[in-house]
Amino acid sequence: MTESTGFPDLDALHPRLAALPELDAAALEAEHIAVLGRKAGLLTAASKRIPELPPEERRAFGAAVNRLKQAFEQGIEARRAELEVAARKAAQASIDRTMPGRQAWIGAAHPVTRVIEEICGIFRELGFVVALGPEVESEWYNFFSLNFPHDHPALDLHDTLYLDLPELPGERGGRQLLRTHTSPVQIRTLLGQPLPVRSVMPGMCYRKDPFDPSHAPAFAQIEGLAVDEGISFVDLKATLNHFARRFFAPDVRTRFRPSYFPFTEPSAEMDVECQLCHGSGCPACKGTGWMEVLGCGMVHPAVLENTGLDAERYTGWAFGMGPARIAMLRYGITDIRLLYDGDMRLLRQLAGLPEVIA
Amino acid sequence: MNVSRRWLEDFLRRQLDPRDVAERLAMLGAPVDAIEPLHQDIADVVVGLVEDVRPHPDADRLRLCQVNDGGEELRHVVCGAPNVTAGRRYPFARVGTTLPGGLRLERRKIRGQVSEGMLCSERELGLGQDHEGIWELPTDAAPGTPLLEAIPLADNRFVVDVTPNRPDLLGHKGIARELASSYGIPFRLPDLPGADPLALPPSRRATDASETGGVRIAIEDLDGCARFHAAVIRGVTVGPSPEWLKQRLASVGVRSISNVVDATNLTMLEHGQPMHAYDLARLAGPEIVVRRAAGGEKLTTLDGVERKLAEGTVAICDASGVIGAGGIMGGASTEVGAATADVVLECAWFRPSRIRAGRTALGLSTDASHRFERGVDLWGAEEPFRRCIALIIATAGGKLDGEPLDLWPRVTHPPRIFLRLDRVAQVLGVELDQKTVEKQLVAIGATCVAKPEDRRIAVDVPGWRPDLQEEIDLVEEVARVFGYGNIPDDLRGFRVGTMPDAADWTAADRVRRRLIGLGMLEVVTLPLTAPDGPAAVLLQNPLSSEEGALRRRLLPSLTLQAERNWAAHVRDVRLCELGTVFERVDNGAPRETQSVAAVLSGARAPGHWTGAASDSDAWDIRGMLAAVVDVAAPGASIEPSDDGWIVRDSDGNEIGRAGPIDADRPAWAAPLFGLEVAIDARPPAVTRYRPLPVTPSSERDVTLLVPAGVSAAAIRDALGGAGVKVLESVAVVNEYRGPRVDADQRSLTFRLTFRAPDRTLEAAEVDRAETRLLKVLEQATGARRRDQSRTE
Repeated sequence: MTESTGFPDLDALHPRLAALPELDAAALEAEHIAVLGRKAGLLTAASKRIPELPPEERRAFGAAVNRLKQAFEQGIEARRAELEVAARKAAQASIDRTMPGRQAWIGAAHPVTRVIEEICGIFRELGFVVALGPEVESEWYNFFSLNFPHDHPALDLHDTLYLDLPELPGERGGRQLLRTHTSPVQIRTLLGQPLPVRSVMPGMCYRKDPFDPSHAPAFAQIEGLAVDEGISFVDLKATLNHFARRFFAPDVRTRFRPSYFPFTEPSAEMDVECQLCHGSGCPACKGTGWMEVLGCGMVHPAVLENTGLDAERYTGWAFGMGPARIAMLRYGITDIRLLYDGDMRLLRQLAGLPEVIA
Repeated sequence: MNVSRRWLEDFLRRQLDPRDVAERLAMLGAPVDAIEPLHQDIADVVVGLVEDVRPHPDADRLRLCQVNDGGEELRHVVCGAPNVTAGRRYPFARVGTTLPGGLRLERRKIRGQVSEGMLCSERELGLGQDHEGIWELPTDAAPGTPLLEAIPLADNRFVVDVTPNRPDLLGHKGIARELASSYGIPFRLPDLPGADPLALPPSRRATDASETGGVRIAIEDLDGCARFHAAVIRGVTVGPSPEWLKQRLASVGVRSISNVVDATNLTMLEHGQPMHAYDLARLAGPEIVVRRAAGGEKLTTLDGVERKLAEGTVAICDASGVIGAGGIMGGASTEVGAATADVVLECAWFRPSRIRAGRTALGLSTDASHRFERGVDLWGAEEPFRRCIALIIATAGGKLDGEPLDLWPRVTHPPRIFLRLDRVAQVLGVELDQKTVEKQLVAIGATCVAKPEDRRIAVDVPGWRPDLQEEIDLVEEVARVFGYGNIPDDLRGFRVGTMPDAADWTAADRVRRRLIGLGMLEVVTLPLTAPDGPAAVLLQNPLSSEEGALRRRLLPSLTLQAERNWAAHVRDVRLCELGTVFERVDNGAPRETQSVAAVLSGARAPGHWTGAASDSDAWDIRGMLAAVVDVAAPGASIEPSDDGWIVRDSDGNEIGRAGPIDADRPAWAAPLFGLEVAIDARPPAVTRYRPLPVTPSSERDVTLLVPAGVSAAAIRDALGGAGVKVLESVAVVNEYRGPRVDADQRSLTFRLTFRAPDRTLEAAEVDRAETRLLKVLEQATGARRRDQSRTE
């Protein structure tokens, strides 16, 4: 563009064209008006002069004016864009990005719900389905169908809350009570569907325990049940060990101790290596290095027979665990009553959200 | 059950490591809840050898002793005990030691003589009441040896958690038996100092009422009492027990009472067989009869309380009436005391269910009833019985009068159970050979007769294991003794569950997710509340009246949680709960419904520096209600009510409510709103795909003057029912009440959306549709157009 147009007054604009990239925003707009302005722009004026020129010059002059116009337009546009970017950058640089963003309320399931969902999820991977049962049961479903003997100290293992209602009639009746464990759902499941049964049964259970740091009169439990031909203690151990590895840690150690439940035989307690001290012994595990996680065992033949199954042919295993206890282990809570506390700050904290939104 | 390590060591004849014992017992099914070290408060006291004793120059009663405590120099000790003798050993507390009473020993001068420590009495060590003098130690341990090592005082008390099926573990012998099998060593009964049970004549067996030492024993209640051993010991001197016996009882937390009573307690703690001694002179006539209590008979028990026996309690009687609640507690009238010269010793077997019923009725649980209701060894009573007699004679003197009596009207034998090896393999999932199976059974004291031809073993179970009644019980024993840890755990093939997940579970999950998506935090509250009305389901035995009924709704406890947050100065409350609510249905099983509730108060969004969000109002809970009903009760309708909204199912039944909630609200808190809806577990219909429109829509905002009594819903219905096909949707966008409209009217702006699926609507066509709609609307509701605005 520095090449001469042959018209000195047009050539005089060349340095101004070259100076465009140096102009600031105000000077650029002033230059725009000065050169291209509709009324008094130099090139506008030059265009207006065309008719006054000798015919033989008109063409060349017009072309030169147009080329210059284009060049100025492009130059100004390019510089404008450049300045805009620079201005935006400058504006951005002035924002304090440590200021907090605008938030929405975030909800969360209760910590015990989350534990229940996670546990049920692991068992569903292993072909279990979720089953539920009523919280008010008869003595038959809660105790006698589960091989609790009448008039036996085993009944003292559960401090039972009874309802102020008449007994339910029939052989499956008896006094009405709040189920003390989820095990009656085993009976309902076995009575209600064909084999194979492979179910996890979460639900609320009740005991006549005062509300103190380690007891709640109502608490969640998860029952598990697998009944089919050819099911053995090996399957029980294998499945529950798999669960422990999935839930706690892939290399977690477990142990099975003999125990007693009327509705399983052999009965066992499964301990998991203490998640705090990893076996070396600490106050949380009372120095044993182990945490009691669940009770389990092979379904007692009498239980199978009480649901009409041939206990010689079919075998099964069952477990029961307390998700609240597991949640306490997981979150380091030593007072179970915190799990019944609706303090938003606590619920946010346990859900991994900031306690206070600010 | 409290268990002493030293006592076990006496059975096993070896030293035991407490942690190892606890670990082994846990792996055998009797976990140890605590290991308590005993006498740790005197751990610093050592054996001191008095080398020289001289009189105190300035005090008649004091002596100056030179005590060797194992250090390089002898200690000068001023001692006031009359029995201090040179060359003997005594407990010595050095300067710096703190004694159980809290006394910290310092170097000080007594009547001008330096004393560097103290020679102690048993009482000063917290070991007894004997304050006659300092305790002369029966040991030749080197001076300076810790007292706990020199004298068998150091002990550990295990608190063993015994399951109700194992009465055999309610005595040290049973625990020792388990440990012996675990260690692979034999065990035998400890010696009883000065007692010789084997020298006693064997008990004379009788099947009918009979006599021993001049006392007639009769069992009328054969169901309640199957066997009754009795002996008469004459000429006893009731007094304190010897030190070893006191210590042994103290080591498991049992208070020493007297030599005779302590002997019965020791035998019980050893064998798990409770015993009872009667003062023969205080019996009304030389006769003891076991019979069924008639009901209402009175007895003053050993604890001095007069009680009424329930019908069916096993009653021990003499000619005057009931003298004891058999297997539960003896009576005060025949209690052995200082004046007792002749005793009748009882060692009986009572039926567990009868003891349980009897003690439940009495509201009394004792060490004896605890054991009897779990089942003591019907066939093994002779051994503890003889040991108890020998121990009484050894500690209280006296002589056995005649042969002891074993009244056993119907002799039975422990059951024989057949165990199939195939059943073991089926249940345990691992093939164990006959030898291995038998080995485990022999370890628990069973006798096995193999029947190799039909792969089964005849097992005679020991009498102390009443829990072993059928084949599966033996399978468990085999597994238990074999070790659960030795059973493999390879994941084998299985058939998966075939049923769908419970509909209630799936529905709850759906509803919970919706609420979480709406920014709600889930809580769990106790389902037990104070009774609230006739439909409440009441508990028969509540912990308190505050927890006397099952909740009928979730909202009240959620409201309390909102108040709880306000109390903690949390202003923005967004809580929800899913749970079961209960309703009484006559006298049958209560109706259980899965319910969902939510409460809302405070800002619509968390605060922000650009400007705070406004507080939630009733329209927020109304919106949330729609979102919840959508998943909790699809197809239900929401109707206005006086102060909120009611949800009705398709049959018109009320299934939910929403609106403002009364609460105990601080002045700074925002109003509280809540909702509760019964969850309908039926899965919602699957939404089918509809192609999205491809033609543009036209929108018109029309502002109407609406007469009083005409609802927005009525206008929507009228517009929708006008038969204008191109009207796609109607939405309220504004409401105005105020000076610019008449007081009995309001202004409502609706946004009408028009669309034809197959063409772009011309403005004229939309105009015609709008005109028609307004005409129909005016006829139907009286609402007229107020504005002339239009948008496109």
